[in-house]
Amino acid sequence: MEKSGSAFDAVEQGPEASESTVGTPRASGGDQIENPLVTALRGRFDSSILHHEIQASDQHVVFVDAADNRKVLSWLKDEPDQLYDLLVDVTAVDYGGGRPIQVVYQLWSIAFKRALRVKCELPLDALSIDSVVALWGAANWLEREVYDLFGVHFRDHPDLRRILMPQNYAEGYPLRKDFPLRGRFSREEQTRRALSQDYHDYYTLEELEVGGAPGIEPPAPPDATGEGGVSR
Amino acid sequence: MGLNDGEGRDPLTPAEAEALGAAEGRQGGLLGFGSPTFLTTKVDFVVNWARRNSLWPMPFGTACCAIEMMASAASNFDLARFGMERMSFSPRQADVLICAGRVPYKLAPVLRRIWDQMMQPKWCVSMGACASSGGVFDTYSMVQGIDTIVPVDVYVPGCPPRPEGLIYGLMMIQEKIRNESLSNHYALRAEDPALVARPRAGADEIGALAGPFGNSTQQEQLSSFAQTARPKRSEDLLS
Repeated sequence: MEKSGSAFDAVEQGPEASESTVGTPRASGGDQIENPLVTALRGRFDSSILHHEIQASDQHVVFVDAADNRKVLSWLKDEPDQLYDLLVDVTAVDYGGGRPIQVVYQLWSIAFKRALRVKCELPLDALSIDSVVALWGAANWLEREVYDLFGVHFRDHPDLRRILMPQNYAEGYPLRKDFPLRGRFSREEQTRRALSQDYHDYYTLEELEVGGAPGIEPPAPPDATGEGGVSR
Repeated sequence: MGLNDGEGRDPLTPAEAEALGAAEGRQGGLLGFGSPTFLTTKVDFVVNWARRNSLWPMPFGTACCAIEMMASAASNFDLARFGMERMSFSPRQADVLICAGRVPYKLAPVLRRIWDQMMQPKWCVSMGACASSGGVFDTYSMVQGIDTIVPVDVYVPGCPPRPEGLIYGLMMIQEKIRNESLSNHYALRAEDPALVARPRAGADEIGALAGPFGNSTQQEQLSSFAQTARPKRSEDLLS
């Protein structure tokens, strides 16, 4: 088969070397479009707002300095003119080739029926960002998922553990572009590790008590006087 | 109690039955040797007859195969015709484990524990491509065939198999039971406790099963247009 000039050439060449300095792809022309929200954000946070673009015809995307994510998101949530009070999703994107990993916050304003996407770029050698669990409780498991699959560390997260992969998983972060499709261990080692999982790895002591796991005493019921239960 | 061989007629006495059977050329009469209150047979036959006609499945449905499994149990196909009278959602009352769907590594110890909780004698059906081999999910998170976790008696191919396929697989289990014998019962049913919580297949076997695209330590995926390493031989390239 003649392969020169094929649309699959780039795929055949494989991923770019990790020292590549190619920037993250960005839609063009976004900054020309006026948006009162972005104007307000620029007025308030100035240099923290790096870039603004529109994707899928009406989805406004604002790139924010990763160091100021909590400040900006807190303002977006509480400012009476914005009220982006619903956190729809926290996820991340790795474009590969050594480019920074983007942490994505998808917001929705219930009051104004508006959507907004906030992105923060993290270089691969400094994958650390402030947690927003204090703003939205929904961020708890979503940030655990991003930590599990991309290895992004969320500072001040109350319970940063793996959530999808097994707790004894030691092969890295599967959704990174440099992660081999079949994992890093042999199938035999993967099977051995899977079968040696322990449910104590997955649950906190409180969760095991609720579930009545063998060997775990259920919590003592509060006594009749209402003085409270046993303190542990 | 005599034999009633027709409506409105008196029951036959043993002597009459014997005479009738002899007249029809059957040696020993209608009832075999002896009186009509017992019959001679083999213990193997009776035990296997009872076992194979009251197989209660333990459904372990994790994906779309489970939809077909439900269809098999519903009225159109009606597994109950074959003695799978009801799905047993307690492994301790089940006889045959039907693993229907893909099993991720995180679920592997659950499958193993359910198998261990089932009482002997027990059988296992691996339903569909994913349970049998990992299917298209040749990835970091997926068990490549549940026979690396539990012993499998029958593999049902398909993605997903139609209910007829599952029923055929279960009838193969019945056929397997029919040919079992109590004399080698313990050899058939023995499970090495040292193998529990270990892969049931060795490294060589898993490596061989993972072919022809290599195993995870030699990532030479040549399918489709993507490859993660250069092929060693030019004839391996898909053109």
